[in-house]
Amino acid sequence: MREERSDMSEDDDGGGEEKDSWAPGLGVAGKSRGAPDPLPPPLCDQVLENVIENVLQFLSSRRDRNAASLVCRSWYRAEAQTRRELFIGNCYAVSPRRAIDRFRCVRSLVLKGKPRFADFGLVPVGWGAHFSPWASAMAAGYPWLEKICLKRMSVTDDDLSLLALSFPFFKGLTLICCDGFSTAGLAVFAEKCRHLRLLDLIEDYFEEEEYEVVDWISKFPQTTTSLETLGFDCLLSAVNFEALEALIARSPALRQLRVNHHVTVDQLRRLMVLAPQLTHLGTGSFRSPEEGEGMEHEAHLVSAFAASRSLVSLSGFREVAPQFLPAIYPVCSNITFLNFSFAEITAEELKPVIRHCHNLQNFWVLDTVRDEGLQAVAATCKDLRELRVFPLDATEDSEGFVSDVGLTAISDGCRKLQSILYFCQRMTNKAVLTMSKNCQELVVFRLCIMGRHLPDHHTGEPMDEGFGAIVMNCKKLTRLAVSGLLTDKAFGYIGKYGKSIRTLSVAFAGNSDMGLRYVLEGCPKLQKLEIRDSPFGDAALLSGIHHYYNMRFLWMSSCKLSHRGCEDVARRLPHLVVEVIRDRPEADDEAVEKLYMYRSLVGRRNDAPPFVKIL
Amino acid sequence: MDGGVGYVDVDALKATELRLGLPGSDEPSEKPPPPTTTTTTTTAARPSKRSLDEDRAARREPSEGGRATSTRATKAQVVGWPPIRSYRKNSFQAMKTEAEVAGLYVKVSMDGAPYLRKIDLEVYKGYKELREALKDMFKCFEGCKGSEYAITYEDKDGDLMLVGDVPWEMFTSSCKKLRIIRGAEAIRGLGSSQ
Repeated sequence: MREERSDMSEDDDGGGEEKDSWAPGLGVAGKSRGAPDPLPPPLCDQVLENVIENVLQFLSSRRDRNAASLVCRSWYRAEAQTRRELFIGNCYAVSPRRAIDRFRCVRSLVLKGKPRFADFGLVPVGWGAHFSPWASAMAAGYPWLEKICLKRMSVTDDDLSLLALSFPFFKGLTLICCDGFSTAGLAVFAEKCRHLRLLDLIEDYFEEEEYEVVDWISKFPQTTTSLETLGFDCLLSAVNFEALEALIARSPALRQLRVNHHVTVDQLRRLMVLAPQLTHLGTGSFRSPEEGEGMEHEAHLVSAFAASRSLVSLSGFREVAPQFLPAIYPVCSNITFLNFSFAEITAEELKPVIRHCHNLQNFWVLDTVRDEGLQAVAATCKDLRELRVFPLDATEDSEGFVSDVGLTAISDGCRKLQSILYFCQRMTNKAVLTMSKNCQELVVFRLCIMGRHLPDHHTGEPMDEGFGAIVMNCKKLTRLAVSGLLTDKAFGYIGKYGKSIRTLSVAFAGNSDMGLRYVLEGCPKLQKLEIRDSPFGDAALLSGIHHYYNMRFLWMSSCKLSHRGCEDVARRLPHLVVEVIRDRPEADDEAVEKLYMYRSLVGRRNDAPPFVKIL
Repeated sequence: MDGGVGYVDVDALKATELRLGLPGSDEPSEKPPPPTTTTTTTTAARPSKRSLDEDRAARREPSEGGRATSTRATKAQVVGWPPIRSYRKNSFQAMKTEAEVAGLYVKVSMDGAPYLRKIDLEVYKGYKELREALKDMFKCFEGCKGSEYAITYEDKDGDLMLVGDVPWEMFTSSCKKLRIIRGAEAIRGLGSSQ
């Protein structure tokens, strides 16, 4: 799970599926890359191609593969024949047909749909990213398909059924932030996929009524299964526990199990006893449902954890009763990933746990642990690579329990930090600067000061200098999210120093068009740019014309764009799909509320809903 | 995801609200009207920076179809900010909402009283406070019969229960309404509860 999470995170390799068409020097010639050659190559070329194929199959990185495919026609063909994993960062950038025509032997597909701001309600329902056309195309084109990973796609129950019926060798399905399916679809899928190894549901949306819920766990084959990973912590409805228990009992290969909050701590213990070989465990609710039964549960739980010698990842911990936390002590020193981000625990409750976690590399936590809790983390977790601090109260007027103090402590103690996501209300430039100096390995820096336009709370200055220091000092930085009071100066820094930045998220920042221009003109590696509520207008938009074909997408909402400006871009870049999304259909404003634009090999999509206007 | 309106102008709504109250009987906290003034809760040390920001905010809003943001103190929530997935928000919401629906505002009836009251159970830390509050609330109905009464509540299953038996949290999460029983009925009930 951990590996897949980082694969699907926004800071993965750039490149993408059809990047060769956009590479400098090749231009966007009329020639269709996907078309087969008119004549077969002569014999010696054939031999050479076979040799190349044998070599290329060792290449796994898609960036390397994209580069190899550009060498010559022969290599292009060989690479296409040997690519087993197909990554499509924007489902509308290419059609299923083209993908299948070029890459004939794909075994694993990763497909991403909606723009990330859809997670926060900025993309209206029904916008798109339907999996169905892909499902049907692949059912015909890739009979040996084994794995599918979808992120922010709309997946129907029929799609799940089609998957299960079309791919006899299907092994793994991962759905992240997807919607449109239900337990009925899961039931068909579980039943028909006889060789399933992986089913991972991560933060998907379910909208079933109670009476619609289907007992899908019972539908898994009754024989010994090949299940290695089963995750359903986002499922809202309870699963049939007896069936789950029986399933675990006949799944000797199971290594990763993440249950939802309906599974009680005693039920969890029973499952752990059946599967002591687990490496990844997601607990349900971590308290006993009735008062007074706690003591026995605690004792048994400790022994269950003590027996789970292979555990390296723990998550879940919804509704934590602090007295159960000591049960995990036996595994703490082996844990590399700990997700406490749904556990409302205090610093005092965290300290005795974190004290044992010397090998922790990834830690997700709620801000209820406060700066003091983070200080404890900094004191013990010297190997920490990734930290995420989420707010309990995710409103902009909330109190905010962590601050610059916690950030500084982490930067002092965790020098190997590579990735941080930090929600707070009080921050200082000094703390951010300190982190930029202490944590030279930073690849991802996402700071969210929740109150809009909040300045440095000591000096009252904008947060320009802090973020400037980050881009200046952290040479490996590829992903940045900024917040707080920011002037164009901050963007000047980003444009000047952020040469490796691929993903940038901006909200409520900047003074003028110059801000966006600095970024578009200064950041050559920029691929994903999402901006909201910032005063950037048409002139700024036009300043990026030279770069948009190199990007996966640009999102701008509640900025100062007008139809004319967007039309201008659309006219000058024919391979760019420029979508204007209107929240209110009657609005005929010249002003553009939401702009989403992306390069595409197939032009405008044919499934756009009425509120989307493609220029 | 309703994809709905981003800004709600709370002040404008209030200004158009029709009221029947007596003059001077408005709520104590009158909000200052124009968006450019700020009753800030933040600790900005430089007033000049503040006003630059306000100006920007005020300038920007009119271009978005005339929707102005309220002052910082009465700021309505903006769609999708802070950027937390609804999955996460709902996880905590679900637990909070359950408590609210079951236990927050409950009706309180007292035998013989002409009308009922409503109280917010969240406000009280325990039974003692609750009893005192109820006593206070209904003291005008004490009458000359003295203060023999029993506080009962109707729980989720619809049964009439005596207040005080279960832990406070369990009570607040299961109490649907309160009923104060007075007089002989109450004494009889109390006597047999041991």
